Amino acid sequence: MSAIPALAVDNLSVEFRTRSGIVKVLEHVSFSVGKGETIALVGESGSGKSVTAFAVMGILDAAGKVTSGTAMFGGSDLLKQSERDLAELRGRELSMIFQNPRTALNPIRRVGQQIADVLVRHGGATRADAPKLAIEMLKKVRIPDPERRAEAYPFEMSGGMCQRIMIAIALACRPALLIADEPTTGLDVTTQAVIMDLIGELGRDSGMATIFITHDLALAAEYCDRIVVMHAGHIVESAPSQTLFADPRHPYTAKLLAATPGETASLAELVSIPGNLPDLRREDLPACRYSGRCERLVGRCAEPLPHQTIGDRHGIACWNPL
Amino acid sequence: MLKLLLSRLATAVPSVVGVLIVTFMLTRLLPGDPAAYFAGLAASPQAIAEVRTKLGLDKSLPEQFVAYIVDLAHGNLGNSLSTGQPVAAEIVNRLPASAELTLVALFVAVAIAIPLGVLAAVKQGTWIDHLCRVVTTAGVSLPVFFTGLLLAYVFYYLLQIAPAPTGRLDVFISAPPDITGFYLVDSLLTGNAETFWSALKQLALPAISMAIFSLAPLARMTRGSMLAVLGSDFVRTARASGLSSRTVIFTYAFRNAVLPVITTLGMVFSFLLGANVLVETVFAWPGIGLYAVNALITSDYAPVQGFVLTMAVLYVVLNLIIDLLYGLVDPRVRLDA
Amino acid sequence: MIAMVRHARYVLSENPVTGLSFALFALFLFAAIFGPAIAPYNPLQSDAANALQAPSAAHWFGTDQLGRDIFSRVLVATRLDLTIAFSSVILAFMLGALSGVAAGYFGGWTDRIVGRLADTIMAFPLFVLAMGIVAALGNKVINIVLATAIINFPLYVRVARAEANVRRDAGFVEAARLSGNGEARVLLGHVLPNIMPIMMVQMSLTMGYAILNAAGLSFIGLGVKPPDAEWGIMVAEGANFIQSGEWWIALFPGATLMLAVFCFNLLGDGLRDIIDPRQRT
Repeated sequence: MSAIPALAVDNLSVEFRTRSGIVKVLEHVSFSVGKGETIALVGESGSGKSVTAFAVMGILDAAGKVTSGTAMFGGSDLLKQSERDLAELRGRELSMIFQNPRTALNPIRRVGQQIADVLVRHGGATRADAPKLAIEMLKKVRIPDPERRAEAYPFEMSGGMCQRIMIAIALACRPALLIADEPTTGLDVTTQAVIMDLIGELGRDSGMATIFITHDLALAAEYCDRIVVMHAGHIVESAPSQTLFADPRHPYTAKLLAATPGETASLAELVSIPGNLPDLRREDLPACRYSGRCERLVGRCAEPLPHQTIGDRHGIACWNPL
Repeated sequence: MLKLLLSRLATAVPSVVGVLIVTFMLTRLLPGDPAAYFAGLAASPQAIAEVRTKLGLDKSLPEQFVAYIVDLAHGNLGNSLSTGQPVAAEIVNRLPASAELTLVALFVAVAIAIPLGVLAAVKQGTWIDHLCRVVTTAGVSLPVFFTGLLLAYVFYYLLQIAPAPTGRLDVFISAPPDITGFYLVDSLLTGNAETFWSALKQLALPAISMAIFSLAPLARMTRGSMLAVLGSDFVRTARASGLSSRTVIFTYAFRNAVLPVITTLGMVFSFLLGANVLVETVFAWPGIGLYAVNALITSDYAPVQGFVLTMAVLYVVLNLIIDLLYGLVDPRVRLDA
Repeated sequence: MIAMVRHARYVLSENPVTGLSFALFALFLFAAIFGPAIAPYNPLQSDAANALQAPSAAHWFGTDQLGRDIFSRVLVATRLDLTIAFSSVILAFMLGALSGVAAGYFGGWTDRIVGRLADTIMAFPLFVLAMGIVAALGNKVINIVLATAIINFPLYVRVARAEANVRRDAGFVEAARLSGNGEARVLLGHVLPNIMPIMMVQMSLTMGYAILNAAGLSFIGLGVKPPDAEWGIMVAEGANFIQSGEWWIALFPGATLMLAVFCFNLLGDGLRDIIDPRQRT
């Protein structure tokens, strides 16, 4: 853990303009990740984890718009950068790995070339020595027979292999920050562990900050220093992994933990979370977007959310915490 | 690649067989007595009988089919009634004129449609996108013979910047020596700028008429597939890797988006080869389309049959080339074969 | 159904062009039905004294080389052009939908034969095949209808086959089969009605092409014979006068033809948006 954050997101709000109205996908999202630190963004699908990442990377859909906030990275605000400057940073200083590695790679370009493209763009490599460097990257992500594999197309590789290629592309220029968006979804369990270990190890070597987006709390706890819990575009709780598991304070986190199969809990004890995410298009969204599903509702819950810190970097946004 | 070639050739075989059977059947469908038809309107019963024996029409259908195939194998498409000339020689003579027109039209269509479709997709919702929509909807609605006439009226009669819509060259200019049969190429090869210029001017209007017609499906498909690809996961990856927008749009998006466009080329060729007939009629273009139309008017059947067969075989070959082109761009097809 | 009407209203409000195409369609329908009754002149009546007159108050679209009123001829031709296109589209639908549904539903040999037939037709440049068919069957209007239907056949087969294939094992088909219906009955009574909306879209999309095709054939002298009024042949007659500057003879029938094709293409796109929103581009 480091005192200087690699990325500090403050008060980030994002809206999507759709045919059926404006969707407030993110509201007042604040979190930070230190150099060498790995944090997890956890939540159900639709909670805004990926949108947060896209906003930071500057690759939101045309319909999405950042309405407030800052994302400080290396002394400048990513949200205010021009597309040109951002493109310089992306792939060199900040990288991203996506879910579904098989569709996230260009289907008709050799994987070695795809790595080389990034190297030539950012790494100062020439077209001539980029292939060799690409093969070096393939070795780093432990792809067997890298010389031959560099000539392969994504459709000739397994999902796990494709994800390694994605990692090679993302880490080719030794970025300061890596965002991994559900990098193991769709891979089998053994491959999951291998991929997670690989990301962890390569990150540690270079002091890289990592944001790991997942809906799997157990996986987050195993690989991350800190966990940030999101619900319907709000951050509801954030704490060091052990603290969060031992002492969840937000009712939603508690439910989420109860719904996570762990070593101690049997499947029969798993609790499902009642209700669904609220409709974010509504004009009259309640201050606390969990209030519709919450069992601990009190009168004050209608007031604007408090953001309190308790103990060691443990933040919650709730009027009636556990 | 050789494997791909062989497998595509194998799929073309049934098409060719189908084409041969259909063109054969067409002659047997002639209303009344085919022999009378081939012998011409004013033929005596004796002449008709002669033609019947000569064409083998007194034999059984399978025998006739075999005879037809044997004739074709010898490059014999029969003789024209009105000129008495062998149809095959006539078609070979006129084919370069049609091919030059069609290829130039295709080139113009592709050169306009693909940038237009790409721009419309990249700048979705802007004026260029709306322009693309108008062009694609209007383009397919334009009867190609009408566009041709309109262009001739405006550029020849009103503005007087185009030559008279008759033939491949100005009457006072002699044709270049026959090397490829393409006047543009032959005049360049022999360094004859005047002929080249005249040929180009004559070619412009008919080629543009055909291009306008075939541009629409190409632009529509380019825009649609480019939009789909721009929204795909791997383009997002490319953007997230900071690749320049030129690399993202061309190396990543466009090369993928061009695949369905290549497939559409098949339909475009079907359009172009058909439009050929109409445009040649409007511009008195001495190609095989005009040859067939003239033969139709005089009920001269052998040239029509030869024309249909030639066009169909050309179309099968073009589709084969399109398939191979697709394989060149898409490794998934190439390696599957 | 109510949802469909609401969706239709939504599509129309989103896209006023579709509304325009419906209005144009009504206009063409009106001209086709009442054209001969409301035409100001006899479309076949020549008037040598008034030949080659430019458009005027008396002759809105001018007169041709025989002094016939072009406006009347264009108006009266609507019926013939639309009849040719409608009949060929309906014929293509009947042949194509039936064999396509059977191919998709039964699979096996039926599928192979129908597929081969469609492939063979598609192996030709379509307009060229249509020329060959009309030339072989004889230079008559009915053969234009037939040729246009044949070249549209593969499109119908393809759509009908795919749709029937999807529905072969659907619940309602299974239910119909289990309640003792024969295969033919299931096919005609249950599968075919279910794919009708999509076939309707296909029909309106091919109408424009059918009109173009028929006009193209008569432009090169096939099918319709002078002095009958038909847009394609009128453009062909006018073509001879373009070089001498009498533009109106070819322009008005040509522009009307273009407008009709445009109208049906827009109509097809609009109908597709209403019936099958997935296909929107």
